[in-house]
Amino acid sequence: MTQLLLFNVTNGLIIGAFYVLMALGLSLILNLSNVINFAHGGFLVLGGYIAYTITPYVGFWGALLIAPPLTAAIGLVVERVLIRPLYGRDPLYSLLLTFGLAFILEDGTRFIWGAQGKPVTVPAFLAQPLSYEFFFITGYRLFMVSVVIVTVALLFVLLRFTRLGIRIRAGTLDLETVSALGVNVRVLRSLNFAVGIFLAGLSGVLAAGQLGLEPTMGAGLLMPSFIAIIVGGVGSLTGTLLGGLLIGVASGVTAVFLPAASEAIMYVLMAVVLLVRPRGLLGEEGMMT
Amino acid sequence: MSGESVRKLAVLAAIWAALLLAPYWMPPLGGYTALGTRVLVLGLAAMSVNFLLGFTGVLSFGHAAYFGLGAYGAGLTLKFLAPSTPLSLLLGMLLGGVAGAILGALIVRRRGVYFAMVTIAFGQVFYYIAFQWSSLTGGDDGLRGFSRQPIDLGLFSINILSHANSFYYFVLFCFAIAVAVMGFILRSPFGRTMLAIRENERRARFLGIPVERHIWIAFTLSCFFMGFAGALYALVNNFADPRGLHYSQSGDFVMMAVMGGMRSFWGPLLGAAVFVVLQDYLSSVTVNWMSFVGLLFVLVVLFFPRGLLGVIRRKSEA
Repeated sequence: MTQLLLFNVTNGLIIGAFYVLMALGLSLILNLSNVINFAHGGFLVLGGYIAYTITPYVGFWGALLIAPPLTAAIGLVVERVLIRPLYGRDPLYSLLLTFGLAFILEDGTRFIWGAQGKPVTVPAFLAQPLSYEFFFITGYRLFMVSVVIVTVALLFVLLRFTRLGIRIRAGTLDLETVSALGVNVRVLRSLNFAVGIFLAGLSGVLAAGQLGLEPTMGAGLLMPSFIAIIVGGVGSLTGTLLGGLLIGVASGVTAVFLPAASEAIMYVLMAVVLLVRPRGLLGEEGMMT
Repeated sequence: MSGESVRKLAVLAAIWAALLLAPYWMPPLGGYTALGTRVLVLGLAAMSVNFLLGFTGVLSFGHAAYFGLGAYGAGLTLKFLAPSTPLSLLLGMLLGGVAGAILGALIVRRRGVYFAMVTIAFGQVFYYIAFQWSSLTGGDDGLRGFSRQPIDLGLFSINILSHANSFYYFVLFCFAIAVAVMGFILRSPFGRTMLAIRENERRARFLGIPVERHIWIAFTLSCFFMGFAGALYALVNNFADPRGLHYSQSGDFVMMAVMGGMRSFWGPLLGAAVFVVLQDYLSSVTVNWMSFVGLLFVLVVLFFPRGLLGVIRRKSEA
């Protein structure tokens, strides 16, 4: 029983780490640009497939390093061409546009790489369980979680200490003032979008090693990321981090006792949070409400 | 009568004539009556979304949930409760509307993108219930094993099961009632207050209008209409599909409203007609129809944000 519980809590934490990476990217874009990026899952899948394609040439480690920036570059082009004209208009339009984009990305990956799932091999030493008693802790899972931790730490360092990060945070609070102070808001939004898509691409590569690849996998990860943001509180990245881990663990633990409800528990959690604390766990009153 | 109101009456007469005569002009143009029935039902759903989006200015991206609830409500009624078409419509509408009233109360204080996100997430709850509770709902396969029943009017009964045309007119009758109620609400003082909230929420609040309560009522009403449309849809297909509750279906409804023109009452019906016909055609000629539908979304947003009627209206004013 303890083993089973531990197994599922670990599972939950790992899944939660995914949600966190996804949701942080979504949250960054939402906070600064007021855009709900429905295509985020599409970019995740794209990152995974790019990694799959270049692995034979550059190996797993090369793909891990190259695929996320490549995805971010594609994201940058998409932002420049499609999303930039919509800033300042009703958020309805960017929502519909990214919604259509998600269709195109999913269908496009299916068209290029086929509807059949693709297995992705990770280096042999990572695939092995670390001990026989805790068979579920493979090297790859530990590795994945460490990558997520390092990435999230770097992201918070970026936001806290670099000029770009400080501008992003300031823009989240008051874009008009930031613009008046001479910051090029367009460039700021583009870079911010690219950082968000980079995170999506990275989650794609990591997910590929754990789950394999399928064109539809992005849509399945999108909804939990939404919930993570709502539970954590819109406007707060720390909240998003907390929300992602929380729903991951909650669904992991529920899987032990009531497997059918492991997905439903996230929605229950969200409903409870909205009832008790409408702005979300760490959300600030008045932000985006 | 002024020129403006004559023009309006003429347009209205043209719309109803086209709808009434659809079974006669559609087949020669390559359509079929069942396609017309689907346009009517999905058009009613898009108009219900627009009741909230276009006239109150509140973006719900999870309205498919209430549409799907209506469908399951009607289907379950016919399958387990009583073989009565009117009862199934009534209970389907109630299921969608009551669910909307309860969830609406939870989310009514959110605004803008946050409101959209919360409605999406809550909408998905019903998708998962329909998907997981397979003993009742049939799970992934959808709810089967029921069919619409003849309408019994005492002296005679109308067979809407096997006659495509009489079913079309039955749906048109239901559509007319729903649309009349919707139009009546929009003309009432309550409807005018909705417009006031859309135009300037802060000013409406300063005027002493209880904004939250109005938005909640508008949300609930729109969910009732949605549930009614969903119940009709279950009768169209004799089938309820869990994918009808999914947020991608909500996206389609919002798209129909925007594509037709969300500032006008009839726009969403036009949008639904174009969308349904296009999707029907695309999925018959290419397996990559998803890309084309996605492309349509992108093009409409970038180049026709006012929708078809918006463009026409602008042209005629210029």
